[in-house]
Amino acid sequence: MTDIKVNTAPVLGTDGKAGQHLLEVENLHVEFRTRDGVAKVINGVSYHVDAGETLAVLGESGSGKSVTAQTIMGILDTPPGFVTGGAIRFRGKDLLTMPKDERRLVRGEGISMVFQDALSALNPVFTVGFQIAELFRKRRGMSRADGRKRAIELLDQVKIPAAATRINDYPHQFSGGMRQRVMIAMSLALDPEILIADEPTTALDVTVQAQIMDLLAEIRRERNMGMILITHDLGVVADVADRIAVMYAGRIVEQADVHSLYAKPCHPYTMALLDSLPRLDLKGQELNTIKGLPPNLLRIPSGCAFHPRCRMARDICSAERPALIQLGDRASACHFAEELVGRE
Amino acid sequence: MSDVILEVRDLVKHFPIRKGVLFKKTVGQIKAVDGVSLDLHKGETLGIVGESGCGKSTLAKLLMNLEQPTAGSIRYQGRDVLKLSAAEQRKLRRNIQLVMQDPYTSLNPRMTVGDIIGEPFEIHTDAAPKGDRRRKVQELLDVVGLNPEHINRYPHQFSGGQRQRIGIARALALRPEIIVCDEPVSALDVSIQAQVMNLLDGLQRDFNLSYIFIAHDLSVVRHIADRVGVMYLGKMVELGTDDEIYDTPTHPYTQALLSAVPVPDPTARQHKTVIRLEGDVPSPANPPSGCRFRTRCWKAQEICATTPPLLQISAKSPHPSACHFAEIRDVVHAG
Repeated sequence: MTDIKVNTAPVLGTDGKAGQHLLEVENLHVEFRTRDGVAKVINGVSYHVDAGETLAVLGESGSGKSVTAQTIMGILDTPPGFVTGGAIRFRGKDLLTMPKDERRLVRGEGISMVFQDALSALNPVFTVGFQIAELFRKRRGMSRADGRKRAIELLDQVKIPAAATRINDYPHQFSGGMRQRVMIAMSLALDPEILIADEPTTALDVTVQAQIMDLLAEIRRERNMGMILITHDLGVVADVADRIAVMYAGRIVEQADVHSLYAKPCHPYTMALLDSLPRLDLKGQELNTIKGLPPNLLRIPSGCAFHPRCRMARDICSAERPALIQLGDRASACHFAEELVGRE
Repeated sequence: MSDVILEVRDLVKHFPIRKGVLFKKTVGQIKAVDGVSLDLHKGETLGIVGESGCGKSTLAKLLMNLEQPTAGSIRYQGRDVLKLSAAEQRKLRRNIQLVMQDPYTSLNPRMTVGDIIGEPFEIHTDAAPKGDRRRKVQELLDVVGLNPEHINRYPHQFSGGQRQRIGIARALALRPEIIVCDEPVSALDVSIQAQVMNLLDGLQRDFNLSYIFIAHDLSVVRHIADRVGVMYLGKMVELGTDDEIYDTPTHPYTQALLSAVPVPDPTARQHKTVIRLEGDVPSPANPPSGCRFRTRCWKAQEICATTPPLLQISAKSPHPSACHFAEIRDVVHAG
């Protein structure tokens, strides 16, 4: 990450004013420089997470939800991805300007991540025990035997049956759900304060998905961790999130606590998204759709990026970009946000 | 309901597991589909739900005649499909078409949209005379909501949802009676899913199609299906109208499946019945004896290990359910 260009304020000390939140993403900009042009993947995203709470980042493919997480973890592929602005502060310190070595220490201990596809995230040629124990050996200076012991404990914690024998198995010998448990065990190894779960259950069946979401919720409660749950599943979000940030075309378009968001969405995109779900009482009727397609990030529409698909769009929407404005305890990036909040 | 057009009886598909390099020995069988019976009526949608490995995609392939079943029969309009000659089978095939899950790999990247949708006419040359084909393809594009002028474009120039529309147009080309949809919307974003489902709904009405709609997303199936079959490890465990399955499920697996589906309503968190199954689905190579669900079932008794339950109506289950202890339990609306 040597070519990071940061154009915001200098690094804040641990006692800086921004240290109020455990993790703070501020006005983050990321672009992908591709052969076809520059794709503005993240265009000023800000959010924060505190210990013990679950923030859900909701969005469709291409909304930038995963890239934000990758940037926080410092695993953005560069090139083509470049951070062009903003700050990510963990305990008040900007991760983007931090020396590499220091940042490495944050990964795993401060913030760690569970990926969507556990099979490709695990190394196929080492046993899961080796891969988990490696963390303890490299980062905690433990011996092989001690690391192994800790690895078994961890596998026990994520409820893998017969952990002491399964530890010698390779990733392909586990089922999808069990593999995801191994991933979770690995991400918990160094007692992180924040866990980022990027679509942790998308590849799993519903009954297994329920098990994994329960496990994550339980661990989060026990350890009082902060969690960022990245997903496109409106059902999963309603089940576990405290707060929700809805992303569209690299921006947060709405932010609210889970109950207000579902009870009264205040951005046309969120409204349309909730509207398009199949519902029991509307069986046999046509589903409400969002017309058109998600935007091409190489050519994001002028003004509000959602305006070509929006039912409420007026002239101002294509001319002027609405800012994310705070309305009480929620925020919405729509020119008509106040009307929407005020509606019955 | 109206007339049955597809009648499936005791369909079985076992895949051999072979070992050895030179002398391949069969060391076991993957029992992908193990005795499935169902009827499809004209103009209805039969939803098939189940988790991965339950055999729902193998069932689709069997219905499409892409796999030879190990045993059982498929009767289309009263004729046994498997006993027809090759030429007759080909003729019959045009009446049953398939829409596949992945719109990215199911379209040939080197063919234009016109060639892809027009290919069925190359095989069934009597369906449209040569000079007429281009016009027919453009009609089809129009029917599925794509711009007929895009006939010369390639699949990569379309988005996922548009590509799924191309796949649907291809399936419609020969005016089939039955379309087997194998997870047609699961690769699509939520906002696009609704568009494709509305399209399928409209086409069914316009062309009087019958659908077999295979999916793992229970809310999608509920929206579109008239009847629903629930599969577990190669067996149909419960079959009924959508209201019967969703409101009064009697099989423990169906109940667990429904309770595991996250509901997009945060207020439902507190008063939702939660049935958490333990463990994973057992391997279809070595399924449990008796009832296949017994290893994860909280109701399991001795009889479950010895006697496989039949899919039948019982005193406590007004619709067919394959459980010795079938009993209605409303898990979705539980207060």
